[in-house]
Amino acid sequence: MVQVMERTRERAGLKQTAAPAVPDVRPLVYDTKLLNLWYGNHHALKNIDLPIRENEVTAIIGPSGCGKSTYIKTLNRMVELVDDVRTSGEILYRSRNIFDRNYPVEELRTRVGMVFQKPNPFPKSIYDNVAYGPRIHGIRNRQILDEIVEKSLRGAAIWDEVKDRLNTNAYSLSGGQQQRICIARALAIEPDVILMDEPTSALDPISTLKVEELVQELREDYSIVIVTHNMQQAARISDRTAFFLSGEVVEFDETDKMFSNPEHKRTEDYISGRFG
Amino acid sequence: MRSTESVRKTFDQELEALKQTLLRMVDLAERALEDSMMALKEQNLLLAKVVIDSDAEINRLDEEINGWVIQLIAQQQPVATDLRKIITALKISTDVERVGDLAANIAKCTLHIGDEPLIKPIVDIPKMASIVQEMLRKSFDAYDLEDPRLALEIAETDDRVDRLYGERIRELMQIMTLTPRRVNQITQLAFICRNLERVGDHAVNMAESILYLTKGEQYHLN
Repeated sequence: MVQVMERTRERAGLKQTAAPAVPDVRPLVYDTKLLNLWYGNHHALKNIDLPIRENEVTAIIGPSGCGKSTYIKTLNRMVELVDDVRTSGEILYRSRNIFDRNYPVEELRTRVGMVFQKPNPFPKSIYDNVAYGPRIHGIRNRQILDEIVEKSLRGAAIWDEVKDRLNTNAYSLSGGQQQRICIARALAIEPDVILMDEPTSALDPISTLKVEELVQELREDYSIVIVTHNMQQAARISDRTAFFLSGEVVEFDETDKMFSNPEHKRTEDYISGRFG
Repeated sequence: MRSTESVRKTFDQELEALKQTLLRMVDLAERALEDSMMALKEQNLLLAKVVIDSDAEINRLDEEINGWVIQLIAQQQPVATDLRKIITALKISTDVERVGDLAANIAKCTLHIGDEPLIKPIVDIPKMASIVQEMLRKSFDAYDLEDPRLALEIAETDDRVDRLYGERIRELMQIMTLTPRRVNQITQLAFICRNLERVGDHAVNMAESILYLTKGEQYHLN
């Protein structure tokens, strides 16, 4: 049918105009190749192939239990904290397989920051929360720490709200503010990649919007992978979207294409709310 | 996987109702065009007035569809096929609304000609009109059946309409130089040809929208 259409179009001398595509030339940050993961006997990720590019926001969507959180936790090998996990295949981070026996996992985790579903600040002051990472990396100089804290809080779009009370406990902040403190804490170690696991699902709409705006700004300097249950959020803020279902990637494409003309019926059914 | 069919039920019903409303609009516009031709051939001024009056209903449906589309976008935040259905309805209804205006324009030309005897038996203009009507009918079917092949046929037919339009205008110009006293009627007939040619263009626009609906890609057919 498609071929018939092509021929008919050619005969009729028709011009087809395509929407401008996201350039495919940005360097790869991650390249996942034939990744499989088991929790005991449960096959949670099946033959995942997924490239993640620099300075892009890659969204991962899919119903509960589809493997999206497992996948994002594999990118910094946090998933290994779960008992009885086995993997096969490889994940190349900056061209190097993170599953290599002698891969320095601590270094990986300093290059790859993570923000979780529920804001999880430490029960410390705002300042100490953000300075925590740099301190464990040996930075003691107060002036340098001050600079890092200010830069990170500005980067997380919360500086103006907290600059006069840096010594108050982070727990005293609202949920949305706490989440941005956690983002600032991730930025303080100057990561290359930021992983976000449903970062706005516990936030009110205004805080959600602030974090979404922030993600847009952070894209300039970081590569971001975001797991979200909110499909409109994926449509709004990401460059590319991967749709996970039952541990498989059903479709991975430019976000504009995914949300206007997805290739697969299962993607269409999910994003238009026919199941999920 | 939890089924949420019930959540989608209202939305699906609304999409279907939107489609049926638009189909009704296309049907009315096609009938208006048919009546405008009959009014011209028979110089039936009463029928011409009916055509002009009936345009109000087409305009009303266009407004209804516009409001409906805005409401669906705001409430449902549609994506993928749903989004394309809604955008297509909005675009097609704009084209159909114009077709209604053009049919009314033809009826107004008929009123201008009045009961003055025609310069020659009207044969070629209705021929052109029947091709254009066929295009409208096809766009009705293509939209109803979501059939991209029918949509492409509409575009091909438009070339014939353009050719006939060129021929009619040249012929009318010739007659005008021979019988300058009939310049009013000849000008009105030329306007009618122009209006029919424009209907063809709107049918092609509708075909483009239907191709977008069915294939998710933008086409320029003329």
